[in-house]
Amino acid sequence: MSVSTQIPFVPIPTEEVQPAKRSFLRASLGFCRRQPLGTLGIVLVLIIAVAGLGADWFAPYSPTANDFTAMTEAPSWTHILGTDQLGRDIYSRILFGARTALIVGYVSAIVGGMSGLVLGVASAYFGGHIDMLMMRIMDIMMAFPLIIMALAIVSIFGTGVHNVIVAITIPLVPRCARVVRSSALAIREIPYVDAARACGFGHSRIILRHMVPNVMAPFLIMLTAFVGQAILAEASLSYLGLGVQEPVPAWGLMLQGGAEEYATIAPWIAVFPGLAIMLTVFGFNLFGDALRDALDPKLRDR
Amino acid sequence: MYRYIFKRVVMVVPTLIGAATLVFILMRLIPGDICVVRLGSGGSSFSEHSVQMCHAELGLDRPVLVQFARFIWGLCTLNLGDSMWSGKPVALEIATRLPISLEIALLAAAVAIVIAIPLGTISALKQNTWIDLVVRMVAIAGTATPSFWLGILSILLVLNVSQAITGTPWMPPIDYVPIWKDPIRNLSMALLPAITVGYRYAAVSMRMTRSTMLEVMREDYIRTARAKGLLWKIIVNRHALKNALLPVVTLLGIEFAFLIGGLVVTEQVFNLNGIGRLFVLSVQNEDYTLTQALVMLVVAVFVLTNLAIDLLYAWLDPRIRFA
Amino acid sequence: MNWNALKHCLVSGLAVATLVGTGTALRAAETPKHGGTLTYMIPADAPPSFDAHRETTYAVVHAIAPFYSVLIRLNPDDPADVTHFFCDLCTTLPTPTDDGKTYTFKIREGIKFQDGTPLTAADVAATWNAIIFPPAGVSSARQTWYSMVDKVDAPDATTVVFTLKYATAAFLPALADPYAMIYEKKILDKDPHWYEKNVMGSGPFWFTSYDIGQSIKGTRNPNYYHPGEPYLDGFVGIFSPKQAVRVDAIRADRAATEFRGLPPAAIAQLQQALGDKITVQTSDWNCGNVITPNTKRKPFDDVRVRRALLLAIDQWHGAPALSKIANVRTVGGIVFPGSPLAATKPELEQLAGFWPDIEKSRAEARQLLKEAGQENLHFELLNRNVDQPYLFVGTWLIDEWSKIGVKVTQKVVPTGPWFELMRDGNFDVVVEANCNGVVNPLMDTQKFLPRAAFTENYGGYDDPTEVAIYDKMLRETDFAKERVLMRQYETYVIDTKAYEWPMTWWWRMIPARSYVKGWKIGPSHYVNQDLADIWLDQ
Repeated sequence: MSVSTQIPFVPIPTEEVQPAKRSFLRASLGFCRRQPLGTLGIVLVLIIAVAGLGADWFAPYSPTANDFTAMTEAPSWTHILGTDQLGRDIYSRILFGARTALIVGYVSAIVGGMSGLVLGVASAYFGGHIDMLMMRIMDIMMAFPLIIMALAIVSIFGTGVHNVIVAITIPLVPRCARVVRSSALAIREIPYVDAARACGFGHSRIILRHMVPNVMAPFLIMLTAFVGQAILAEASLSYLGLGVQEPVPAWGLMLQGGAEEYATIAPWIAVFPGLAIMLTVFGFNLFGDALRDALDPKLRDR
Repeated sequence: MYRYIFKRVVMVVPTLIGAATLVFILMRLIPGDICVVRLGSGGSSFSEHSVQMCHAELGLDRPVLVQFARFIWGLCTLNLGDSMWSGKPVALEIATRLPISLEIALLAAAVAIVIAIPLGTISALKQNTWIDLVVRMVAIAGTATPSFWLGILSILLVLNVSQAITGTPWMPPIDYVPIWKDPIRNLSMALLPAITVGYRYAAVSMRMTRSTMLEVMREDYIRTARAKGLLWKIIVNRHALKNALLPVVTLLGIEFAFLIGGLVVTEQVFNLNGIGRLFVLSVQNEDYTLTQALVMLVVAVFVLTNLAIDLLYAWLDPRIRFA
Repeated sequence: MNWNALKHCLVSGLAVATLVGTGTALRAAETPKHGGTLTYMIPADAPPSFDAHRETTYAVVHAIAPFYSVLIRLNPDDPADVTHFFCDLCTTLPTPTDDGKTYTFKIREGIKFQDGTPLTAADVAATWNAIIFPPAGVSSARQTWYSMVDKVDAPDATTVVFTLKYATAAFLPALADPYAMIYEKKILDKDPHWYEKNVMGSGPFWFTSYDIGQSIKGTRNPNYYHPGEPYLDGFVGIFSPKQAVRVDAIRADRAATEFRGLPPAAIAQLQQALGDKITVQTSDWNCGNVITPNTKRKPFDDVRVRRALLLAIDQWHGAPALSKIANVRTVGGIVFPGSPLAATKPELEQLAGFWPDIEKSRAEARQLLKEAGQENLHFELLNRNVDQPYLFVGTWLIDEWSKIGVKVTQKVVPTGPWFELMRDGNFDVVVEANCNGVVNPLMDTQKFLPRAAFTENYGGYDDPTEVAIYDKMLRETDFAKERVLMRQYETYVIDTKAYEWPMTWWWRMIPARSYVKGWKIGPSHYVNQDLADIWLDQ
């Protein structure tokens, strides 16, 4: 309903309101200076992303090509990071592995995060019995050991990237749901939600349009952490033999079996994939930290 | 307050029952048969008859609902039954392996507390200086490093360094002796795994300490204390740290419950005869009773830890305490 | 009969000399020293029970064989000799009477169990009756090996008589089974399940302690009946399924050896690190991978498709390459390469999959696929998630099949689901293993019989012709004729019908610290594990 006022409406000329134009470069350099670690994080993430996307062009060899004449070779000009026990080029496998890692990481994080977001906000919004039921289910999912879940999924549905993603997503959902729920609980009490209800807006509209945007800050920070956790979880599962299977190139898989067997005579098989995992997760965590510092007013420097 | 406690404790029950049902169903969905694994994994032949006899012995030929009822009844009476794989009581199997796992978990926690809290505090107090940067990088690296990779590398390092220095390679002992029988041997076995697990634990705690300290230092009462002219050291120790530590202790508690997940991989790497390895084994062997018992143990620890923390918060929060 | 036996010995001696490595040196050169404790790794998790009659895992043998005696066994000084058997509890190896159907063993006197009870023929007979005719509720894993036995009696305190239903050369090797540990009759009568959780034997060592999941310990039996033995004061067996740990332990001298076999990379590591402080023994292994197509699934019901897939594999060149990274080595058919019944190289080269000219072989394969209308064949290879050598063999096979244009993906599952999928017939092609103890080709090749005759066959085929050939071979006592029938059987299984595709036989490599002496390698990791003749040169 429109409310007419006596005050004449005078539009403010846009030139006066617009802030001084700053070049993107200036803004970025400022960010770099203020958040050196965050910049490092973004750079690392970008490198990994480019490596994964462009693996077809950057990789000198096919990641699954066995070469029994060049097994466990030390890093050299022909094989920059050496070869593994089946003669496969480690550098190429790491590049293609970046693809697997990022797919697993992103998909798990996004699916897990979104599900957690919706469930957490809905749970906070509806409250009462629905909330209690939801939280009990979340408790069970969080307490349940990942390895059993992963083994069950892998055994029933088979191995492969999809099933690993399902296995990793499941523990992420309750973590996200809990955090989102506590943020959303705070918002639920604010009057504009009641006002929205009074206006006759439906539940889904209120949840999606009003509550979700306000829990975005902690949610986004958690997403970046999730990507890192998902990549680490995939590595652990592959190490236990429950993740992606041969001959798909995946960093966790590269650390299993052959890496330990050959650790003394061919340490590069174990070192480089682990380093790749570490740097990727490192990058995402740094990025997440920088994001948190930027979004959370309480932690800003005075 | 008591109403809250009662409600909160009662809520534990459906979680436990839900977890029990879930593990029961999942284990039976996994294809495989413990009898076949037991008789056939050597690669040699066995007869169908022995498989059937094995089924009868283990009660696997009874209807599923009967098996479930026996399971739940066993949980209620705290009788965890016998392991399907070895025939020994589940409680015995778990009890023999608990000491080493517990020892590593506690050592890891000790490492974490001793390193994390001071470093986190210093990092917060000297925000954005190079000390802060270094501590943050070390902490984030800790959360980014796969613990089993660290384990593999550390074993390699110790072997090669000892060979370089003394000529003979040194490896931690591979058979477990309790700490009261031979403390040096016991500790030399537990130290590397504890550091591997503890690094991650410490990293997480460091970050948490830093962020809570930062929040607390911004509070008005700290500003007031400084205005009053109190010594910085007293402000930090007596006012800031105490308030900052509460969320950190919460985190330490929750992460301790999650340590079991980390133990699974670590015990594989270091070949320790602990709970984590028992877990992997029981699942691989399709040993329903043992797996179910272990899962319930893990879930119970997790749920009870959460309960304890919630109750602690409830006691500290006057709104609930005096309700 | 005697001429054939002599021929056995000659042929086996030659075969053994050409195929087996350093393991056959006699120990007459050095005098054994007494004393010391041997620490060794057992490459498995603790076995489910201690009842050797019931279990099939080598973990049982490695853990408790030192505590028990057996009736007959392979020569501990030369376990690579697969055709001669020696007495452990008996006095001499009997010649069978009554047309080869009756074996009468005389048992040594003066032997005692650990609890002091004297061991008599009654205990031996009771044990063998428990193995061959187990009472209700008792499980005997290798019962089917003894289907030729009619009865076992102990007419007096020092005589045991085995009466067979028909004469067969498969009996003696089956009798030498290391799992046939002799139990006490008194205990078996009271509680046939007692041995599952307890140990009571008459072997070279006495049971001291067992730390659950961790280690097993034994001390010297002062009343052991082989003079001078055992030389060790005791032993410690540590369970360690993780290979890297075993290798590191041997390197750091936390353990002296392990008795299953390590892959080439681990051996290379140890040799590089320790030089002459380590001794490696090698031998052909009575284990091999077998690839089984599921004949109940299209297109594997078509013998042309099966032959084509088999023809695509280049075993002669693949074996040397694989042997650098996996514990495989010798190309062979369905019979253990060191046995006189095994095919010679010219005989092998007649069979599909063993042709010397791989190009010709692959051309034929492509031709067969075209005829069968399966040029764009793609399928899933089911494999077990064990590195050595299953995964290596699987990965190599996928590469081989890609050379005739067949696309294969690998489905790798843990042991439990692997069994389940096989037993349910829920697979296209599966990588299996055929692993046996004492080399007994007549029994070991039962794996290739259709399910109707042998329940652990997963190929899903029915074939009375094959069973007929096998049965005839089983009852044939003339070695020359036996060999002809074995060739027939092998040709039928591999070449004519391509039911099962045997891959390279495994290769056993055992490293031991050089101070461990007296132990000789054999073709089976179940055999020669009682540690009685081991001594430490320290």
